[in-house]
Amino acid sequence: MAIKYPSARAGLEGTTAQADVPEAPEKVAAAEVSGLDALELQPHRDRGRLSRRIWRSTWPKVLAIGIVLLIWQIAVWSEWKPIYVLPSPATVFTDLGTVITTGDFWDGVRVTMTRAFTGFLLAVAIGTIIGALVSQFAPLRAAIGSLITGLQTMPSIMWFPLAILLFQLSESAILFVVVLGAAPSVANGLISGIDYVPRTWLRVGQVLGMRGFAKYRHLILPASLPSFISGLKQGWAFSWRSLMAGELLVIVPGALSIGVRMQQARDLSDSSLVISYIIVVLVIGILIDVLFNTADNALRKRWGLVGS
Amino acid sequence: MSLLQQTEAVVRLESISKSYGDLLALDRVSLTVRQGEFVCLLGASGCGKSTLLSLVAGLDGISGGSLDIGGRRVSLMFQEAALFPWLSVRGNVELPLRLAGVSRTERRKRADELLDIVRLRDFGDKRPHELSGGMRQRVALARALAQNADILLMDEPFGALDAMTRDILHDELERIWREQQLTVMFVTHNVREAVRLGDRVILLSSRPGRVIEDYAITHERPRRIDSPEVSGQAAEITDRLRAEVARHGH
Repeated sequence: MAIKYPSARAGLEGTTAQADVPEAPEKVAAAEVSGLDALELQPHRDRGRLSRRIWRSTWPKVLAIGIVLLIWQIAVWSEWKPIYVLPSPATVFTDLGTVITTGDFWDGVRVTMTRAFTGFLLAVAIGTIIGALVSQFAPLRAAIGSLITGLQTMPSIMWFPLAILLFQLSESAILFVVVLGAAPSVANGLISGIDYVPRTWLRVGQVLGMRGFAKYRHLILPASLPSFISGLKQGWAFSWRSLMAGELLVIVPGALSIGVRMQQARDLSDSSLVISYIIVVLVIGILIDVLFNTADNALRKRWGLVGS
Repeated sequence: MSLLQQTEAVVRLESISKSYGDLLALDRVSLTVRQGEFVCLLGASGCGKSTLLSLVAGLDGISGGSLDIGGRRVSLMFQEAALFPWLSVRGNVELPLRLAGVSRTERRKRADELLDIVRLRDFGDKRPHELSGGMRQRVALARALAQNADILLMDEPFGALDAMTRDILHDELERIWREQQLTVMFVTHNVREAVRLGDRVILLSSRPGRVIEDYAITHERPRRIDSPEVSGQAAEITDRLRAEVARHGH
């Protein structure tokens, strides 16, 4: 029985010559399958040269910055405020250039970033543990599930009076508020990631006999990763904001952080320096956000969640 | 059929019922599936055919009767391939082996063999989203085979595919079923598909699901879905199915 489709071949065989050996059915089947696969796969589209792509995403940003600077400059020209209160962009950027070439400045950045990362990592650890517990135990969820969301909406600056009473003017006071600001977002990210693992994946997990730890290791944790990363990103934003508020309010002797330097500039009525520090804080925030977005996009691309 | 009757029964359902609250999904269904058999379960919506598979798979408990699969291993495939996007194609196929504690080199070798069986050897390093629907379903089949199960349950596995892809996958499934000597229970609402693939077609009534007919399909394999034999028998079964659907139309 070498012929795959007897009825279809019957007509052919009467007319074709003896030498015309029909192809082996296995070969035909293999060719059909691979042909179909080849047709169904999308050919790779060339998305243009790298330099072009960079340009395409850069020029709108450059233009936006240009417009902001222009409005600022017009405000200065109009003498809406005295020049020593609202200095021109040129003055500010000159001052900024001078500041960032000093070692003192980078010591300040180091102090601030150390606080930021310590606080954030602590918040991640605590948020992850709380998130994991809440997603597992229904009574715990009923008890503190909405409290976590409530904490998330609470302005972190409200915690400082208590933090100062509890920890005096110390690193601990700052850390306390940073963690309180970020941990709820991290916890919520994990909780919603675990809650929204697609049902079909859970059924596959069941069919594959995943239980207990293996189910977490091979299904729940990887599946909740995108939501967890969003939680981290949001957590970072909250911890960065809390930290900046903290550095302005809680001045720890000897730690000349970015916030302290900014406060000093204000005390000296040095607007140009104040604005310089605002720009520094903004740039650091943007850089970290870019890092999170890169991680997020890489994951989405790997998972096929974006049109490639 | 005489040959099949000699093989061992691997799934034995005796008068099983399943209800969800007040709703009776399956009503005293009795069915025996023998080693190496390809059994299609056919019915309109609400006949509990998917429920039946999840009972055999042990994902859900029966409400009455007895279900015996003799401790055999069962794998279940769905309409969606449901591959995990964080794993490569090969990683997905390896997953059951990983869970079974197979060593890294061994499972890689086995996964490549399985990908070869479904003709996707060259796609092991791809991500699931880079494949077409039909290819993903074949990866899901390779993953199911990796479980080394005695019984393969398929819940409308080709329901979401276009007709051409489905045709070709019928040939592929038939080949793999024969080569791997699988026992298959295949749920579908497509009558021709059932006749194309099955040694038997079990027709279920709807609400509640009961076995109303057990057709033996004896046409020689390989069959074509558009052959007169398949079409003829499918027409006969369709008439019976329509009569069953009409019963609910008052």
